[in-house]
Amino acid sequence: MGHVVIDVMLKPEILDPQGQAVNGALPRLGFDQFTDVRQGKRFLLTVDGAVTDEHLASARDAAEKLLSNPVIEDVVSVRELRDEDAEQ
Amino acid sequence: MKIGVVTFPGSLDDRDAARAVRAVGAEAVSLWHGDADLRGVDAVVLPGGFSYGDYLRCGAIARFAPVMDALVPAAQGGLPVIGICNGFQVLCESHLLPGALIRNDHRKFNCVDQRLVVENNQTAWTSGFEPGQEITIVLKNGEGGFVADETTLDRLEGEGRVVFRYAGDNPNGSYRAIAGVTNERGNIVGLMPHPEHCIEEGYGPSTDGLTFFTSVLKAMASA
Amino acid sequence: MTALDPSTSATHHLDTVTQAAQTPEVEQPWAELGLKPDEYANIREIVGRRPTSAELAMYSVMWSEHCSYKSSKVHFALWGENTTDQMREKLLVGIGENAGVVDIGDGWAVTFKVESHNHPSYVEPYQGAATGVGGIVRDIMSMGARPIAVMDPLRFGNLNHPDTQRILPGVVAGVGGYGNCLGLPNIGGEVVFDDCYQGNPLVNALCVGAMRVEDIHLAKASGVGNKVVLFGAKTGGDGIGGVSVLASETFDEGGPTKRPAVQVGDPFAEKVLIECCLDLYAAGVVDGIQDLGGAGLSCATSELASNGDGGMRVELDRVPLRDASLRPEEILMSESQERMMAVVEPGKLAEFMAITDRWDVEATVLGEVTDGDHLVITWHGEVIVDVPPRSVAHEGPTYHRPLDRPAYLDALQDNGTGSLGRPVDGDGLKSDLLTLLASPNLCDKSWVTDQYDRYVLGNTALAMPDDAGVVRVDEETGRGVAVSTDCNGRFAKLDPYTGAQLALAESYRNVATAGATPLAVTDCLNFGSPEDPGVMWQFREAVKGVAEGCKALGIPVTGGNVSFYNQTGDVAIHPTPVIGVLGVMDDVARRTPSGWKKPGQVVYLLGTTRDELDGGEWAHVLHGHLGGRPPAVDLAAEQLLGEILVNASRDGLVDAAHDLSDGGLAIALAESTMRYGVGARIWLDAVCERDGIDAFTALFSESTARAVVAVPRSEEVRFTDMCTARGQVHARIGVVDDQTDGLDVQGQFAVSLEAMRESHTGTLPAVFGR
Repeated sequence: MGHVVIDVMLKPEILDPQGQAVNGALPRLGFDQFTDVRQGKRFLLTVDGAVTDEHLASARDAAEKLLSNPVIEDVVSVRELRDEDAEQ
Repeated sequence: MKIGVVTFPGSLDDRDAARAVRAVGAEAVSLWHGDADLRGVDAVVLPGGFSYGDYLRCGAIARFAPVMDALVPAAQGGLPVIGICNGFQVLCESHLLPGALIRNDHRKFNCVDQRLVVENNQTAWTSGFEPGQEITIVLKNGEGGFVADETTLDRLEGEGRVVFRYAGDNPNGSYRAIAGVTNERGNIVGLMPHPEHCIEEGYGPSTDGLTFFTSVLKAMASA
Repeated sequence: MTALDPSTSATHHLDTVTQAAQTPEVEQPWAELGLKPDEYANIREIVGRRPTSAELAMYSVMWSEHCSYKSSKVHFALWGENTTDQMREKLLVGIGENAGVVDIGDGWAVTFKVESHNHPSYVEPYQGAATGVGGIVRDIMSMGARPIAVMDPLRFGNLNHPDTQRILPGVVAGVGGYGNCLGLPNIGGEVVFDDCYQGNPLVNALCVGAMRVEDIHLAKASGVGNKVVLFGAKTGGDGIGGVSVLASETFDEGGPTKRPAVQVGDPFAEKVLIECCLDLYAAGVVDGIQDLGGAGLSCATSELASNGDGGMRVELDRVPLRDASLRPEEILMSESQERMMAVVEPGKLAEFMAITDRWDVEATVLGEVTDGDHLVITWHGEVIVDVPPRSVAHEGPTYHRPLDRPAYLDALQDNGTGSLGRPVDGDGLKSDLLTLLASPNLCDKSWVTDQYDRYVLGNTALAMPDDAGVVRVDEETGRGVAVSTDCNGRFAKLDPYTGAQLALAESYRNVATAGATPLAVTDCLNFGSPEDPGVMWQFREAVKGVAEGCKALGIPVTGGNVSFYNQTGDVAIHPTPVIGVLGVMDDVARRTPSGWKKPGQVVYLLGTTRDELDGGEWAHVLHGHLGGRPPAVDLAAEQLLGEILVNASRDGLVDAAHDLSDGGLAIALAESTMRYGVGARIWLDAVCERDGIDAFTALFSESTARAVVAVPRSEEVRFTDMCTARGQVHARIGVVDDQTDGLDVQGQFAVSLEAMRESHTGTLPAVFGR
């Protein structure tokens, strides 16, 4: 079976209080090289067989209709999950 | 006079909304999320709660419930609809109202007795108020920050479609301190605070919530 | 923790009963599962062979301290010995069921209980607290009730310790996150800070439910052929071994961090379950019902069978799984949340399923009640458990742990507050008052309580910071209940018997202060390790104190919880017997708020004040001192005070009432003023002269059986006549005055409202942010 990965992020102009909280916490743990953090969502969709262009088009459609709220979010990436970034 | 109150899985304040409807002498009709049927009501309340556990985004799944198939065209056709808290979130996700609700800026759930200013008393749900009237309504949520892009915000302000604004300190980071908005026609109103918790002396901070429901009775009568 | 595989030493194949009978010599990991050698030997005797690994898993979990109460059972005889027939009158369901149930009149029954989820909350604060709320709510649901309110007594270590800053926000967010999503108003509780809880925060959760008397359901499986149905969430690997491992062992300082599988809750699933269960009850299709909490399926099956006719057959492979790799032993031990088990007559099964379908709740018939007296569990047709259920659920080990009055106690009790430097003038008194108002235990708790929904269900008549939470049960008549939870662990450390009675007295007093007649008691007994004879002594003393106190007050304990092993290394927490009292009001609209509003009303102090500073907040905050003897308990005086307050509330003789406890009169007056921002002029001379004390003692002593009330002038004579006729000590100490800014304690000091509020409200936000 194949997987489609979809990344959704808040639009840059939208306030991200959770990202801000993480950004504040990192230096306390010694990570002081990062100047900003924004938090988003990653969806993993499973299909039978290999991932096709049709799957990708459908996934993008689903992302825009349900997985993201276009008023405040952008679908930043819709792609096939490849072996290089395979998960357990 | 029949006012429908929708119950989604996870709705919490539906019983309280029904009580508020009865308190002003109307009949509360329970509308099940799974039925695309408004049962002939004259107005609808989308109540507060955590429909579908707030999964994905607040109201994101509820907006696709069968009952919304019946509600959306009816609302577009002029049926008075009020979305309270989670109900407001459902209305925004359905694009019946502009904007969206995000996490409170201080990232905590907050339950307070909130002062509001009624800026628009021309809607179906606010005709009983005076313009500029200050009221106290319960505010209780974790995702109450109203956001929209600058163009939308300017348009809302310009067209007088901001119905309620937070008075005093901004309790959740809502842009322009907007607590509630309406559509162009003024029949659909969404707000984060809970008027249904402000209808009975001793059980809430005020009885200011009753006016929401008496207003809509007038709107329904003249429909 | 990687799940211990109990069958490793046997074979990787299924360990069946037949197999076990044929291989008696196999080594079993009973010690790793927390069983003692004699317990393992006992199990072998009960089943007549070596237990299968599934049976071993069941016994190990069900015989853990948390599930079997093995160290506390012997002391619970004290409850029975101290319960009179009169106390039993209003008790519809007593100790031993999921929760106690009391008759509150007009055909209404109320069930309530408090439970602990301490150790999981240290490990994973959000989920530990959340699942604690979920668990107690399910207990209440399983009695047939609609849950109507929650309360949370919380105890943390030092406010300024970094670990407290890790734990507290997570716990509060978890309590709110779960309770708010369930739609249950949070109407009260406590937030207490003390160094002794640093490694052992206490997260106790209370739930109240209401139903009509005829709708009470019990957890029994009877009726041969009745179906056993598991419904709710799927079963996963949550909390495997959680209960027995976590609550039966202490955390070792410097030892490797335990990483057990903590349970993860889904409040949406539980909300749906609540509505589904209520529909099932209304349809009359449930014969017996049990919730799955600690020890999951092991507990539910064995308790239902044990409480019923004794025979049950269950096909474990039918359990819907979230994780298909779970072994039978793990399925039995799983503590996945939001699951219930019902016993349903075959003829009603179709209707049962139709209702669960409507709510999208998964329901599976696992088996049925049989005419034997054994619980038999099969896995794909093979018998892997065959035990007498009573032996698992109700006849676990009973320990007679040694008790020994701690050696340190004499010296501790001799070290009273008499030699501590006291303020010498009004300025000193004022300064101490402001310091106390800002102190962690007395400061404003809005940072915490504003994260809870207090309004949902529309029946909350009173909530924090008032003295008790009050909710309406009957919307027609206004009949309702008041609940309070209290405990002063420092008092209990100084004297556990008295300390426990003081907790009971305070909770009783709080309920009466709101205007409700106390009716029943629940308790959450939080103690250190039962293997420490000093702790066991504290435990027995506390249980005795509560039992005898309840008898004196005429109100029964209906149920509760014991949490042992709250200690890190050798240092136990203060004995902390949290007592919850529930009272009833004919009409909650008459409830008495804790602050005064109307100028001109007269302020009365009810009760006698003695020099009793030991163990109190003044000594703790101003001098870091803990020693001496706690204030004396006078239950007859508490009863009288309670009657006065309830009558006065009902007859409209008082407009406000606030009981005196932590911090004494000074704090009570400050709180009454700050509540609505209306000032008062106070004079202490009469009280000082009558009781033979000075102003300092009048203000900061923590003598019991006292309250302040605001009496409308028109009712003053009726009020004082009532007090005099009943023998209630009372003194006029002031007048409510909106022209006075804050408190004007004449001849001593004046403190403005702003100064008090600034001290009071600044503390928690300074630590936790806005």
